[in-house]
Amino acid sequence: MKLLNKIKLYLLLFVMVFMTQMSCAPVKEYQKMYLNDAEMELAMRKCEKFEMNFQLYREGASGANGGKTGGGCGCN
Amino acid sequence: MVRIPLTIIGLYICVVSAFSQTPNELDSAGYKNRKLKFEEVNFVTSYYHQEGNNSAVTGGIGTERLTDVSNTFDLKLTKYDSKDRLQNYSFELGFDVYTSASSDKVDPSTISSASSGDSRIYPSAAWTITNEKKGQSFGVNAAISSEYDYLSFGGGISASKNSKDNNRQVGIKAQAFIDQVSIIYPIELRPSPYSSKSRNSFSSSLTLSQIINRRLQVAMILDLAYQNGFLSLPFNRVYFTDNSLLVEKLPDSRFKVPIGFRANYFLGDRYIVRAFYRYYQDDWGMQAHTANIETSIKLSPFISVSPFYRFHAQSAIDYFSPYQTHNVSNEFYSSDFDLSKLESHSGGIGFRAVSADGILGITRLNTIEIRFDHYNRSTGLVSNIISLHAKFK
Repeated sequence: MKLLNKIKLYLLLFVMVFMTQMSCAPVKEYQKMYLNDAEMELAMRKCEKFEMNFQLYREGASGANGGKTGGGCGCN
Repeated sequence: MVRIPLTIIGLYICVVSAFSQTPNELDSAGYKNRKLKFEEVNFVTSYYHQEGNNSAVTGGIGTERLTDVSNTFDLKLTKYDSKDRLQNYSFELGFDVYTSASSDKVDPSTISSASSGDSRIYPSAAWTITNEKKGQSFGVNAAISSEYDYLSFGGGISASKNSKDNNRQVGIKAQAFIDQVSIIYPIELRPSPYSSKSRNSFSSSLTLSQIINRRLQVAMILDLAYQNGFLSLPFNRVYFTDNSLLVEKLPDSRFKVPIGFRANYFLGDRYIVRAFYRYYQDDWGMQAHTANIETSIKLSPFISVSPFYRFHAQSAIDYFSPYQTHNVSNEFYSSDFDLSKLESHSGGIGFRAVSADGILGITRLNTIEIRFDHYNRSTGLVSNIISLHAKFK
């Protein structure tokens, strides 16, 4: 029950922050010079792939970063 | 008399040339190549080494020395279909090789047991269809992973929708992994013959990304993940207060809720700040905070260096206790320090070079990236990883 309440709280927070973003001024395609830079991509770098794998195995927490949240052994 | 045929011929040529221009103009304006087109090939390789003294195989004591070499190779192809939708095909093949000192302790009577050095092979394929006019995409993927004592089949679907101004994107993803774990107990507790048990993982992900202004974009990711089946590792020993010995026993289900926030900001003309934060909670009693910050410094339009720092803190699961501190009356027990209360600090530097004309004299080599990370855990585990990424276009 405690966990469910926390989940609800975070979902609410999630939606609230998203709603505040709705008021952002639109940026036109020709104004996206900086945003289109390859290093501005909202994802981990390809080069981080294995680094993240080991963090996933050496720590108990995972997910919310584009990586997988299950599957694989991680036995060692 | 001569003028009339010349005029007729001239008019004819004009008419023919005028008509012949029409399809050419349409071609240049509306034609899209519908053949399968090579987009890129990526090769990622890494060398990882760790040292520590809390191996779960030996009950929370003993060496955690491990060395791993991981490699993946992926190919991306695209084509436009008859309805002008972009179809993406990607294929990946991964291959890892590792040696682990602790795995050798599963059966110490053998000098080098099968699990002390193992390899993993993991092919995958994905297909995505994108309607660029509507800003919608839909994709499916499938993956297999195989190693000595573990077999995993995965599959998933994803979809995304852009806002009309392309400033906002909502994405959803659902993924499932159906795995088989070979039950290889430590030698002194080993029944015969071996058996296998199932482990299933299901996750869904909601991603919202938003452009805030010309220099800042953010994303929020909410995952809900559920696992059931055999979630322990069969060769992890647990020593109890009365010195008795059993293998690790954990509940047969786990529900995880990670929520992540990512923000990238282009500062001035040379700096990019990439920030990430994640809160994590599960029903085994673990809570965790992870924060990561990286600054890319553009030395030129084509070369950048990126120092980074990452911090992670987690509480222990309810079922963790170190060596010889578990009570025999406990229902669940583990001495795996990966699930203990810990903090970790890691940092390093990345180097990236991009050129459309090729790098190091190789015309098709578009990007090369090298990254080094040093990791230090409060339990004493220390690791280093160096990775290389090469993109060919």
